[in-house]
Amino acid sequence: MSKRKVKETHMPVGECISQYGYIFQVQMILRERFCHQRLPEKPVGMESQHKHLLELLRRTAVHGESNSVLIVGPRGSGKTMLLNCVLRELLEVKDVNKNVLPVHLNGLLQTDDRIALKEITRQLNLENVVGDKVFGSFAENLAFLLEALKKGDRSSSRPVLFILDEFDLFAHHKNQTLLYNLLDVSQSAQAPVAVIGLTCRLDVLELLEKRVKSRFSHRQIHLLSSLSFIQYLDNVRSQLSLPQDFPDTNFYDEWNDGIKTLCEDQSVVDVLQRHYNSSKDFRSLHLLLMLALSRVSASKPAIKPTDLLEASRVCMVDSKANILHGLSILELCLIIAMKHLNDIYEGEPFNFQMVHNEFKKFLQRKSHSIHNFDKPVVIKAFEHLQQLELIKSMDSSTAKIQKEYQLMKLLLDHSQIMEALQKYPQCPTDVKQWAMSAFG
Amino acid sequence: MVRYFTRLRMRRIYKWGGRPYIFDRKLKSYGFEYLNMSVEGQEAVTTVTPGQYILIEGNDDEYPFVAKLLKFFGDESHKQKKALVQWFLRLSEVPQNKKLLLGRSPHPQEIFYYLGRACDNEINAESILGTVQHVPEDTPFPEPGTKDTLYVKLSWDTKAFNVLDPVLMQDTPASTPPKPALPLFPPCASPTATPVSRGPVRRALPTPDPTVMRRAGSVSDTRATMSAGKRSTLEAESIHSASKLSASKILSAKRRGSAADTPGVRKKLQLSPGKKMTRADVLCELLDEEMESEKVISLKLSSSVSHSLQHGCSLSPMRSGCKTPNGQRRFPWKLSSISLDRLSPTALGEQDLSRATTPSRRKESAMAIRKPALGVLAEEDSEDSPMQPIALTPRSKRKSAQLVSLRIRKQLNLLDNTQKLISDGDDDCFVPSKKDLQSSSDSEEETMVRKTRGRNGKASARTPCKTPSKKVCMVTPSTPRHATPSIPSRTVPARQPGNILEEARARLHVSSVPESLPCREQEFQDIYNFVESKVMDGTGGCMYISGVPGTGKTATIHEVIRCLQHASDMDEIPTFRFIEINGMKMTDPHQAYVQILQKLTDQKVTADHAAALLEKRFSNPAPKKETTVLLVDELDLLWTRKQNVMYNLFDWPTRRHARLVVLTIANTMDLPERIMINRVASRLGLTRMSFQPYSFKQLQQIITSRLNKVKAFEEDALQLVSRKVAALSGDARRCLDICRRATEICEHSTSHPSSAGLVRMNHVMEALDEMFSSSYITAIRCASLQEQLFLRAVIAEFRRLGLEEATFQQVFVQHRALSRVEGLQPISVSEGLAVCQRLGACRLLLLEASRLDMLQRVRLNVSQDDVLYALKAVRD
Repeated sequence: MSKRKVKETHMPVGECISQYGYIFQVQMILRERFCHQRLPEKPVGMESQHKHLLELLRRTAVHGESNSVLIVGPRGSGKTMLLNCVLRELLEVKDVNKNVLPVHLNGLLQTDDRIALKEITRQLNLENVVGDKVFGSFAENLAFLLEALKKGDRSSSRPVLFILDEFDLFAHHKNQTLLYNLLDVSQSAQAPVAVIGLTCRLDVLELLEKRVKSRFSHRQIHLLSSLSFIQYLDNVRSQLSLPQDFPDTNFYDEWNDGIKTLCEDQSVVDVLQRHYNSSKDFRSLHLLLMLALSRVSASKPAIKPTDLLEASRVCMVDSKANILHGLSILELCLIIAMKHLNDIYEGEPFNFQMVHNEFKKFLQRKSHSIHNFDKPVVIKAFEHLQQLELIKSMDSSTAKIQKEYQLMKLLLDHSQIMEALQKYPQCPTDVKQWAMSAFG
Repeated sequence: MVRYFTRLRMRRIYKWGGRPYIFDRKLKSYGFEYLNMSVEGQEAVTTVTPGQYILIEGNDDEYPFVAKLLKFFGDESHKQKKALVQWFLRLSEVPQNKKLLLGRSPHPQEIFYYLGRACDNEINAESILGTVQHVPEDTPFPEPGTKDTLYVKLSWDTKAFNVLDPVLMQDTPASTPPKPALPLFPPCASPTATPVSRGPVRRALPTPDPTVMRRAGSVSDTRATMSAGKRSTLEAESIHSASKLSASKILSAKRRGSAADTPGVRKKLQLSPGKKMTRADVLCELLDEEMESEKVISLKLSSSVSHSLQHGCSLSPMRSGCKTPNGQRRFPWKLSSISLDRLSPTALGEQDLSRATTPSRRKESAMAIRKPALGVLAEEDSEDSPMQPIALTPRSKRKSAQLVSLRIRKQLNLLDNTQKLISDGDDDCFVPSKKDLQSSSDSEEETMVRKTRGRNGKASARTPCKTPSKKVCMVTPSTPRHATPSIPSRTVPARQPGNILEEARARLHVSSVPESLPCREQEFQDIYNFVESKVMDGTGGCMYISGVPGTGKTATIHEVIRCLQHASDMDEIPTFRFIEINGMKMTDPHQAYVQILQKLTDQKVTADHAAALLEKRFSNPAPKKETTVLLVDELDLLWTRKQNVMYNLFDWPTRRHARLVVLTIANTMDLPERIMINRVASRLGLTRMSFQPYSFKQLQQIITSRLNKVKAFEEDALQLVSRKVAALSGDARRCLDICRRATEICEHSTSHPSSAGLVRMNHVMEALDEMFSSSYITAIRCASLQEQLFLRAVIAEFRRLGLEEATFQQVFVQHRALSRVEGLQPISVSEGLAVCQRLGACRLLLLEASRLDMLQRVRLNVSQDDVLYALKAVRD
């Protein structure tokens, strides 16, 4: 990819074109960082964890020592990134590279042990050993794999690294057979294995059955970022900066200076502070920066504070308020009626009939401002609201009760309704007043 | 083999034949000369005589038991018909773990002479199904496809396969004339059996040429003399049987070569190492005369045996081991190495005995040879080193058997450790180099040798028979039936521990097997006594063992079995078979049947079928059964709604003939009462044992014994770990893991890994902290501002409601108010939900399904105090 980029930059047809080329290149580099989860040179702020994990896996690879470890941290805290960094570093060592067999499993993909076993067998290339034999039953498969692992011994067989993403989901498999067996292998003199679990649940150990838990080595690597806001800002800057090996130094300087000033801008700092307060993880930051980056073009070759503000607005926007903007007046009126019912009955559920009565009362008072809708039309509007999941049926057995009398609850907050009304284009004043009045 | 399906449909009728004679006055039993059996509705009558080989009804229709009939007797009333038999085993009846001792792929029709004492040799004569053809040692295995004959080449004394002693076969009353072939038999059998008077020898020899057989007697003399010469040389030889054998091989080859003077043979001999050549030369001189006589033998043979057969044979390991000159063994290395190995101990045994043997003895052995012994190996050896007849005393036999098994085990280990055979001094001759070339030239050589032998005109049944048999058994080079999978082996060997801490870590790993099992002496003794008594008595029983994880239940049982196995190897207790299943290692409780059956008999069948087979196996009396010790780990996993798996497991031991000892392990003490229905719990019985969690002293002892003088820990540090673990769970695994982690911390804390010192208190404390401290508080401290605010809002709302549960909507109102107080910009509902979900994903909060949106209820997964404590610390 970089070669192609270089080629493009070497077409100096004109200032504009080269400018375009650079922008394209910048977009490529930064997008790779934000979207493709490119591994950083070194994981930031987790040096000790990095060392611990690396040592552990190195011992498995070099000494054939079986281990098990859990990497625990909230979503977006860099668990996979840490593991991948460690694996990258581990596989750079030559005699380790040929010696380990990594097996990647994901709890979301391998939803039961049968699938997981097949996947393990596939990744270990064991299906070739038995020729074309198509695997029969789950039981055979398990026996087969255990046999294979049992055959090995510490000094002569290759260590297998079992990487279990979403480890907690494996704990929900029947009897935890897979976990038991993997951890049992790791605690007995069989082929050396390292079982690495990645999870965001802090209580993951409580999910394990006691005999499974006893076989786990109780090593947990916690990734809890204690990043201060200053570090966060630094990180934003380095994430947006271009790497040293950028072909054009002029553009490189220009861009990086622009980023530096951007990060010192007070409004930008405010936006970032808000984000930092909301969440410290890098995923959401990447989303924000990605939105800002997408507004960069050849004609506007830098990220401006306004870009970031706009991006932040998009990120922070309330999704339901957006839906409310698209409702018809009738539907809006129904929502307001529901709001009043909520106020009156203190959040008790309501049914269509009650909403309709409320709506009719409003119509009687302000008959001139709004059409009188037939009941079927109102029902239709009501159902539409249900489909949008702005209201939710309370009882599960929907079939039994007539539509009009099903109990519903409103999934909107006061503030959301009021905000939507303020922004609703050409909303009749009567409706607004009705919404704001204390009583229906 | 005769097809037996008829017996399913038809009733057989048994009648005594001949005149009864009093056989035992006390018991009033009468002996009979023969037994006539006929199938109802058919004319044909089968006569069974003592000395014949019979099939006896067993629990497997396909493979009935095989035995040799020794004597018939009945009681006065003639109602009961009994027979004394000598049992033969099929390979499937040999315990699974011993099958490997055979060292080659068994012929489907092969049976083994049973030397064990464990089974009753008196049977009901009415369980006889028919007679069977049986072939003495000299004959080759047939091509697969000829299914009507059984072959005995080896004997089995419950510990090892031995070359069959010809004398054992001798006790057949030679006086009884061979009966005409039985109607059940395929027609080919009758002509061979009838004409000659030396009945047992020729019984159903498949070799087409009867004249060959007639020559059998003459050879034995030469054999004996040959053996004498051999013995003298052997005395001088080293322990290394391989070289001995090879020498003898050269000898024989040379012998033949010199007589035949064929260039091919000469050439081969020149290839072999010089040293051995010289020895061979000496031998050659010594034996020259005897050789002369033997060479003569083979002429007619060459015509009778097809060339193609020979060719196929030459590939087989045994042949190669015996016949080819030393440097040129060219078989698939696996097979050849094992077979040679088996041969060598016999040679050793011979050496031991040779001095003691007197000439008279030799004569006797010569006599024995006259009646051809069963067993290829015997015959092989007798050609090269005719020690077989000499090695008669049981002591020597056992010795040699042990040697065999020992060496075979060694070999197998070797094989497992990839193909490093070359490095092993003993075995380097087995490198399969020049395989193709050799095999072809070898077969060529063989034929030539035969021709030369034949020229001399002296016939011997022995040699001709022998050659074909060897050849044929080679034809089926055993391809592994099920390729067992394995993890590929590493290119760089694992590094050994370098310093004290690494050494300690290796020793502390749970997987390392400790030299001894401290702190479980009492439990060990109890289980040992229980199993030992059951094995001794040949009875069955159940035992239930409970204990929390990591208290050494499985390890103790394995230790017990190890000790018992040792005892049975030392012949102190009868042999038994150990099978282990684990409820966690199967996908379904019914798989237990499949696994048990597979480990017992190596059959792979479905669960239902396996259950039926096991039921049959454990309920039918089988004379040759040895005790089975079954370990069922994680018993609770075998629970089914009907509990039939558990029921069967506990019911089988109570059967009279089952000889099954079931040891079950589970975690809970009251499992039988809690989950088992009465009839299951009752069968489990009251033999219970519970493993208490380790006390801190025991844990300390365990670590100390594991470390075994590797000084890596401070005493106090060890005590701290053991006390901490003992207070929490008493789980030895946990204890070891913490110690292991402490060594790591110690290693990292010192700057130079080489100078890493003792593991001290602070290291252990750190390790304990890591493993025991809950991470919730740290997680709360590291959460973002909004997340912390949300937690406070949750607590505030709980306080307001006086409940430990609130909906998101309610909490969010609080949250908004709090953020106003804090001077923060209020966040939108979507954002608030995201914050809530993040906390839920970490399980700081417990949430309902997110489709409930704002109505989902929120609970704290941490105590309120913890949250407040953590948040307070943040503010300060």
